[in-house]
Amino acid sequence: MRQFLTLVKRDLGLALREGGALGTALGFYLIVVAILPLGLGPDLNLLSRIAPGILWVALLLAALLSAGRIFENDYADGSLEVMALGGLPLELVAAAKALAHWISTAIPLALAAPILGLLLNLDINAYGVMVITMLAGAPAISFLGAIGGALTLQARRGGLLLALLILPLYIPTLIFGVLAVSGSLLRDGSFSSAFLILCAISLVSVVLSPIAAALAIRLQIG
Amino acid sequence: MQLRAEDLNVNRGGRPILQGLSFSLHAGEALLLTGPNGAGKTTLIRTIAGFLRPASGKLAFSSGPVPLEISEQCHYVGHQNAVKASLTVAENLAFWARFISPPPADHAWAGPAPSGQTDASAAAVAGPAGAAGPAQSVAQALQRFNLAGLSHIPAGYLSAGQKRRLGLARLLVVPRPLWLLDEPTVSLDKASQQILAEAVNEHVSAGGMAVAATHLPLGLAAPLELRLGGGNHAVVIAAPALAPVPPASEAQSK
Repeated sequence: MRQFLTLVKRDLGLALREGGALGTALGFYLIVVAILPLGLGPDLNLLSRIAPGILWVALLLAALLSAGRIFENDYADGSLEVMALGGLPLELVAAAKALAHWISTAIPLALAAPILGLLLNLDINAYGVMVITMLAGAPAISFLGAIGGALTLQARRGGLLLALLILPLYIPTLIFGVLAVSGSLLRDGSFSSAFLILCAISLVSVVLSPIAAALAIRLQIG
Repeated sequence: MQLRAEDLNVNRGGRPILQGLSFSLHAGEALLLTGPNGAGKTTLIRTIAGFLRPASGKLAFSSGPVPLEISEQCHYVGHQNAVKASLTVAENLAFWARFISPPPADHAWAGPAPSGQTDASAAAVAGPAGAAGPAQSVAQALQRFNLAGLSHIPAGYLSAGQKRRLGLARLLVVPRPLWLLDEPTVSLDKASQQILAEAVNEHVSAGGMAVAATHLPLGLAAPLELRLGGGNHAVVIAAPALAPVPPASEAQSK
């Protein structure tokens, strides 16, 4: 447990000091959300109707950008090999690094959603539920992203490959995330079921992803 | 305590790199792996560390009463230094000191070896020098590798040799019985090579073990040498004698 926390703390410290991953992801998020209204024209009704979907899609794409870096640097400088021998099971190493990604990138992205929602004329009642659903989906984003990051370690410029591998896994999160937001706006009672499924997806990813990621890492450093 | 390989075969990319390799290494012994490029030195070290699986054969490490994986008892210093550019020198080492787990207490390698055969030398060396007994503090290890004056500098500003020394300092902050060193002297100057040789010598004479792949003589006191041949087949030219198997080593394999 001490090793796990040490690793999480180190990764958070590195994320804070290097700052590049979060900056890139937030910048990308902002650009996508800012440019879409320009392309769609000034129809405010249309914008507010599609706002939750756009925010979710942009969030997933932004998270994908940073997911590839979860293991990349530690692999490149040999730290991952030393970690594999450190005594902490590789599954927990993967979990610690995904957890650090969740705290340092996924949560800030989710919290940025309401600010970007202004650009899309997001329904005033949707701000709260938007943030809540994104926070509920954020663990799935980070932990599933860790699988992709681990699988593409040896692929130079593996960004597109990562997207191909991981976006299909993100689809359930996307569907139920958007469903939960629209359900709460329509008040047709579909919010709670969609939200609970979203939470379930997150919990399952938290449990299963580290196992898959550790398996991938073992293959890559072998 | 014994590291033992029996009829070890390792393939890489479908090509046999190590074939029928057998050797054994005991507490207080250092093994140098020599041979031309491509002879399989790195492959053997990575196999011992558990990164590669042998195609066949047995690899066993027996140390205390409880069987432990080799990976939990070895230090691995590979081609990369595992140094983070944006952390300071001291932070880098402090992280590894906290992260890498020492062997469990009842497995007490640190200090006298369980077999008792190295009691005297362990006490003699670990006492005054404090080399391989209890873990050295981060500051001590940095001092040892002449990095003390740089401890607050981000490691990204270090030279290649200084980064190497920082990577090697990891060996001292957590006591682990088996050191696996892959080309440890790369980019080290003469003085630093001397420091490394002293550290390995102290570790070994305190009852530890070291396996080092190298092209240069490390300056170790009485190392064993395992010469791996070049060409398509790696052949053992001079291997330490195979000792009879003690019962404890049957507890684990690979």
